[in-house]
Amino acid sequence: MKDLGPVEALDNKMVRVLAGVHLRAYPGEVTALLGPNGAGKTTTLACAQGLLKPTGGTVRLLGQEPFQAGAQLRSRVGVMLQEGGLPQAVRPVPLLRHVAGMYSHPRNVDDLVERLGINTFANTPIRRLSGGQKQRVAMAAALVGNPEVLFLDEPSAGLDPQSRSVVFELIQELRREGLGIILTTHLMDDAQRLADYVFIIDAGRTVLHGTVPELTAATDTSAGVDRLLTFDAAPGLDFPPVAGLEVSESVPGRYSLSGPLGPVHLQALAAAWAEKSVMPSAIHMAPRSLEDVFLDISGKELR
Amino acid sequence: MSAPATLARRVLLQGRYETLAMLRNGEQLLIAIILPLMALVGLVVTPLLDTFTDSRIDLAAPGVLALCTVSTALTGQGIATGFDRRYGVLRFLSTTPLGQSGLILGKIIAVLTVMAIQVVVVGGTALLLGWQPAPGGLLPALVQLVLGAAAFTSLGLLIAGTVRPEATLAITNLLWVLLAAAGGILFPTTSWPDVYEPVAHLLPSTALGDALRSALIDAQFNPLASVILLVWTVLASMAAIRWFKWS
Repeated sequence: MKDLGPVEALDNKMVRVLAGVHLRAYPGEVTALLGPNGAGKTTTLACAQGLLKPTGGTVRLLGQEPFQAGAQLRSRVGVMLQEGGLPQAVRPVPLLRHVAGMYSHPRNVDDLVERLGINTFANTPIRRLSGGQKQRVAMAAALVGNPEVLFLDEPSAGLDPQSRSVVFELIQELRREGLGIILTTHLMDDAQRLADYVFIIDAGRTVLHGTVPELTAATDTSAGVDRLLTFDAAPGLDFPPVAGLEVSESVPGRYSLSGPLGPVHLQALAAAWAEKSVMPSAIHMAPRSLEDVFLDISGKELR
Repeated sequence: MSAPATLARRVLLQGRYETLAMLRNGEQLLIAIILPLMALVGLVVTPLLDTFTDSRIDLAAPGVLALCTVSTALTGQGIATGFDRRYGVLRFLSTTPLGQSGLILGKIIAVLTVMAIQVVVVGGTALLLGWQPAPGGLLPALVQLVLGAAAFTSLGLLIAGTVRPEATLAITNLLWVLLAAAGGILFPTTSWPDVYEPVAHLLPSTALGDALRSALIDAQFNPLASVILLVWTVLASMAAIRWFKWS
């Protein structure tokens, strides 16, 4: 559906933001652009949405050049900007009705308002809404035209857990309806929960892409999936390597070991606890996350 | 499949939306209606205009209508656009079927609509105060008001699109005061010092003030003033197209 070939873009301050982003997204899929703040996610979206003309490369949105595209193409695409893009003095519902008027077959505003829980603050001017409330209004504004492609820049920013699950459910429902959804996030959780396909972007380049299982799968399959185990105990304890894996105290009182963990490691670890009379207050083990993948390839924390 | 509403519908909707936004904003109403009315009454009850005329209201009314144009097209519209730019509203709306051109057309409609309301309110008040506009000058005055709206809207967009909204607020309000006091809007430039007068004649404010006075007092179309307004429109529009930043 959309191929953002290797693209270069300059932002307003004439700084090269993107060096080489390669990106594709398809209908009925959630495609996530994952990367730390300043990686070029928003600039990539601006090129794809036609707000910015890249200095090189090609961009196609529904088969067309998006920069300065006509109303026909814009009516098929919904955009939620990171800053929201909402006028401050108006109330949510009149704004949504106004935006709906720009389309010949908009979604029903009342349904959308109900669905996103906007009815509870329908009469509050946008400037007085919380970050999460504004976010929901911006999402409704992006959806009101009944788009085929939906761009969501940081859709979970500022959301409390409850509105987060409302927004996530809606995203999944829209995917089932067949929308092509492209979202950016710097949160692993978002990408892992929502995305069918992930492009990891760092310093203006696509550094890795694949499905979440593909990206987190261990390279050494014979040893099983890489796992990360953490446990909490008294700070300052010195553990010997367990079955060949180092135990490190990442923050005082939190110990971790990672790698191709198997039962033999757990056995050795339990023996080490018994020897020191340590009973951890918490133990957690999970497969390698996208966060670990990102750390591996860039040497940087995502946040 | 999704489709846009017709161009006319999109532009009219945006025009209505922006008009209501201007009319609902207290500060905008103050500068668009209240202050011009105060200027009108002030010029009629004080002897400020007596050196130029026997009929204060006939000289005051065209000037105040010119001031209304600056209020709406430059100050009001400039400030609204500046803050919309800050909050990403211009970016968002340009991703909808409205688009950048629809946004600008909507603004032009809003400016003209608010100006029509100003003409009714201020002109009506002036008539009550005894204003007798030259009937043959009404059509030329209308043309000049539209030319003035074009010049000051271009200038307002240029300012709003290039500096921070707080600076737009300060600059356009300051310009309003300066142009009202010394920009040839309310007072004919014949009263100014010799060094300033030629410069003052090149200002869009003087051109609009003179043009409306020529029309509404002498029933004459002022071609020189029209040319000056057109030149300002072209220069400011070109600069705005070149330097306007949407975000």
